[in-house]
Amino acid sequence: MSISQELVEGRLSQTTENLRTDELLLNMGPQHPSTHGVLRVVVTTDGEIVRAAKPEIGYLHRCFEKHSENVDYMGVAPYVDRLDYLASMNNSMGWAIAVERMVGIEVPRRAEFIRVIVAELQRIASHLLFFGTYGLDMGAFTAFLYAFREREKILDIFEMISGARLLYNYMWVGGVSRDMSPEAVTRIKEFIDYFEPKIDEYNTLLSFNKIFTERTKSVGIVDEATCHTYGLTGVMLRGCGVRWDLRKDLPYSIYNEVEFDVPVGSGQMGTLGDCWDRYFVRMQEMRESVRIIRQLIDRIPSGPHRGKVGKVVKVPAGESFTRTECPRGELAFYIISDGSAKPYRVRCKSPCFLNISTLNEITEGVMVADLIATIGSLDIVLGEVDR
Amino acid sequence: MTFQDVQNKLQSQLSSSILGVEDVKPDPSLKIAPRDIVTVVQFMKDHLQFETLGDLCGVDYPAQSSFCVVYHLQSYTHKMVVRLKCYLPREDGAEMPSLTSIFKAANWLEREVFDMIGVRFTGHPEMRRILCPEDWQGHPLRKDYVTPDYYNGMPVPLFFEDQTTVTSGETHS
Repeated sequence: MSISQELVEGRLSQTTENLRTDELLLNMGPQHPSTHGVLRVVVTTDGEIVRAAKPEIGYLHRCFEKHSENVDYMGVAPYVDRLDYLASMNNSMGWAIAVERMVGIEVPRRAEFIRVIVAELQRIASHLLFFGTYGLDMGAFTAFLYAFREREKILDIFEMISGARLLYNYMWVGGVSRDMSPEAVTRIKEFIDYFEPKIDEYNTLLSFNKIFTERTKSVGIVDEATCHTYGLTGVMLRGCGVRWDLRKDLPYSIYNEVEFDVPVGSGQMGTLGDCWDRYFVRMQEMRESVRIIRQLIDRIPSGPHRGKVGKVVKVPAGESFTRTECPRGELAFYIISDGSAKPYRVRCKSPCFLNISTLNEITEGVMVADLIATIGSLDIVLGEVDR
Repeated sequence: MTFQDVQNKLQSQLSSSILGVEDVKPDPSLKIAPRDIVTVVQFMKDHLQFETLGDLCGVDYPAQSSFCVVYHLQSYTHKMVVRLKCYLPREDGAEMPSLTSIFKAANWLEREVFDMIGVRFTGHPEMRRILCPEDWQGHPLRKDYVTPDYYNGMPVPLFFEDQTTVTSGETHS
């Protein structure tokens, strides 16, 4: 029977009624520009609609926790730098504080000032990278170039201070590895004067750009209940309106001596806790970081930059769980010491690990393009997810 | 609220589940009977405002021949973290009740404990490895773990041409 005959008899129309659409399983990654590292997302799509998005992690796993059991406390510090390689300073500050708390080491005032200044510079650098790559995810290439121009200046300052541009090994137990020179102080002052007006420029360029806001508002909504059940911290939590920042609520180092605000999401563009809210919280945090640096940079006291700590740090037997506020959330180190030179067990609680675990829930039923917007707004670093 | 208050409240309400206090420095911890962990965590979430599971990890103690599963519950209301510990016999089929019905964060964290230590969680929706490949042998964070020489025919320590090797971590003695 020919097709024309079938048409005549109306059989084809009958078969099309029996045709059904099927779900398609799609592997996004492990190497994909929008996954910000080696992450595979197994996406089940129904046309353009995402039915399930399951992240598969572990491609960068090198078992940091096992490494730590085989080196002494000072030796862990360089590994810590490599967890969240975009915020090494904040990571190693967390490790240093955790060990100092167990030993009871008093950190010199000068070191505390240097630490906070450097940590806030690193926070700016990390948020700048988010700003640039998030624009890139949304198809705005220009923002990326602006962000990297400014980040470069921070990296130059870090090179001046520590000798390295990405992995610094700068915050040591008991203080910092090298003193901050007066030239570096001048450079930081110049930088914050130069940088602060630039934030307004970014807001004009991207934050309130019509195309950008349309792509990010009311997308990837995370509410407070989701945050609590998934253990989300940092910008994820503040993005949905919860004013919680460890630097403010449980201040460590000298954060209790500086004034700053904790920006939270407001639902200004669409819904509270959407991608735009999280994005804008990060933009505002850069301004707060500048404010913190400005208060400290002229008051750095003189004195030693490192306390009296032996070559091998002797940690008494005990256990501590110490949290610090990193650009991506609360990073915590749980250390078990048996009194020997090496830690018995080190556990790193990674904020990104929990952030990415929500992906399946918050992207159910969205368009594929919105999935990209949501992954970007989680601001994950796979080095820290996989450890 | 202090650690002492949490301890008193738990002991008055769920005395049979609390096995004691480990007074380690600088932060003390509570020892919980493994079978009662769900009840205790549910009570702390509902009545003591511990809103979040901050962390969940496993520790291997071959000397005491036990595994330990450590829970860190986090409260925004009281600005504190309380550590709960459950000791299990150190054997391959060690099992714990899963917390996934209370905190969704437990899903991935329990998978990580299974991957690294080898404790299974009953009632978990997807009890499989998370960081290591699914056909990986052994649980890396056990103290007697030996890195395998080969994985699917590929040498695990990286061999360079000058015969130097880089191993992925020595075994702990």
